[in-house]
Amino acid sequence: MDYFLLVISAVFINNIVLVQYLGTCPFLGTSKSTDVALGMGGAVIFVIGMSVALTWPIQKAILEPFGLGYLQTIVFILVIASLVQFVEMFLKKLLPPLYRALGLYLPLITTNCAVLGSAILVQKNGYGLAKSVVFGLATGVGFTLALVIISSIRERFDISPIPQVFRGVPIALITAGLMSLAFLAFKGMAS
Amino acid sequence: MSPRLWKVGVAPHVRDNATVAGIMWTVFAVLLPQLFLSAYVFGPRVLALAGVGVGTSMLAEAAMQRLLGKPVSLSDGSAALTGLLLVYVLPPGVSLVLPFWGAIFAICIGKQLFGGLGFNFFNPALIARAFLAVGFPVAMTTTWIMPELPAFLAGPDAVASATPLALLKHSGLAAYLAQYGGPHGLWASFLGFKPGSVGETSPLLLGLGGLYLLWRRIISWHIPVAMIASTALLAWVFGPEGLFTGQPLVHVLSGGLILGAFFMATDYVTSPSQPLAKLVFGAGCGALTMLIRLKGGYPEGVCYAILLMNCVSPVLEDWVRPRRFAPPLKKD
Repeated sequence: MDYFLLVISAVFINNIVLVQYLGTCPFLGTSKSTDVALGMGGAVIFVIGMSVALTWPIQKAILEPFGLGYLQTIVFILVIASLVQFVEMFLKKLLPPLYRALGLYLPLITTNCAVLGSAILVQKNGYGLAKSVVFGLATGVGFTLALVIISSIRERFDISPIPQVFRGVPIALITAGLMSLAFLAFKGMAS
Repeated sequence: MSPRLWKVGVAPHVRDNATVAGIMWTVFAVLLPQLFLSAYVFGPRVLALAGVGVGTSMLAEAAMQRLLGKPVSLSDGSAALTGLLLVYVLPPGVSLVLPFWGAIFAICIGKQLFGGLGFNFFNPALIARAFLAVGFPVAMTTTWIMPELPAFLAGPDAVASATPLALLKHSGLAAYLAQYGGPHGLWASFLGFKPGSVGETSPLLLGLGGLYLLWRRIISWHIPVAMIASTALLAWVFGPEGLFTGQPLVHVLSGGLILGAFFMATDYVTSPSQPLAKLVFGAGCGALTMLIRLKGGYPEGVCYAILLMNCVSPVLEDWVRPRRFAPPLKKD
């Protein structure tokens, strides 16, 4: 039950993009088609899960005993960056079309604040290792959910007579804002 | 860009005399009895609210279409309907500023920026309500008017100023039944003599209007039936004293469920078009409504439930896209 609430909270109530406003860069960058969005979502789920699983022991075994808490950000980024390299090699070999579609945004996961954010959030909330990994995976699922929703909406923009100046990123930002308004639905639910 | 989206199906196509204007003004007219009842119950200020809402949204529509260099299409009635629906989801005691800003938000941002009628993916009236709930939180949650009951309905002394659902949420079922229980309360609730938003109070009038739209085939049965059924089912299952002790009628007749099920969730543009997707859409609206009413931070959840389902409507539509029998097109 505890884990159930944790997952619901991370996916909906505290959705990483629409409620906490983290990871908006890939949210806008890779949401032009649903297929790419699903691929990106899968990559983010994997990277968040792995990075939380790796940064948690580092925090507990190295940073805290030696009083190096101030190095948290830079150490976490390092871990995430090497993980992303791994995912990149993996995709390049196994799924070249997805690799090409993700393009620049795959290396950009390195600096995706959703990934770093959830690695730091689990430390802040004081979760144990298992709970942290579940939280990380659920955060990735929440990111994927938001990404798939906005990409299916944006696919329709191609055939909409949207005013010229609002085409592309502006209308996507407005859409994200309106989706965020709708996600206020979950405000006040058991967190 | 992708031509496949334009190919609806093979001939022959069904021809019909329905026009956008005809449908919009019909829905508008069907909604009017509820407005007159509210004007009687809550006082004539309701008419002023409706005037501001409808007027502003028509002006905003004309102004935006002028600015964007499009033909001005006020006569199709869609802007007027948006304005009316917006006022229907506001508390009757709000200041006239709210429908004014709400209508501008609904038309300019909710509708015209996305390309106008047929391209908005959120119901404009509801997204404007969500906007007003953020911008004017106090006015949107406290300005309810307690109606004076006509003699034949007068039951226990009416004291509360909250809506029935707010009472249910914050004080429990016993307090709710003391105020709205019994045959008197149920009739008053059913006829429309209870505090609530301008256009949600009378399940009787709204239900009759909805049935007329069904009969005219302006809306199909899938969404309203799925939405009301899933709400009733969940209200019954997750009752206040354990499983299967709930009062489905209380939840179906309270709040904006009937208004939402017949007039909001069935909006052509923001709901899916395939029957199966419609059923999922309606069931999702009902389930989210009950989730918010029972577990959420607000007493009422219809507005947010429909908005959330609006978000996923394109996804639903993609999932149930009819299979093509011809071999797939070659990708270039």
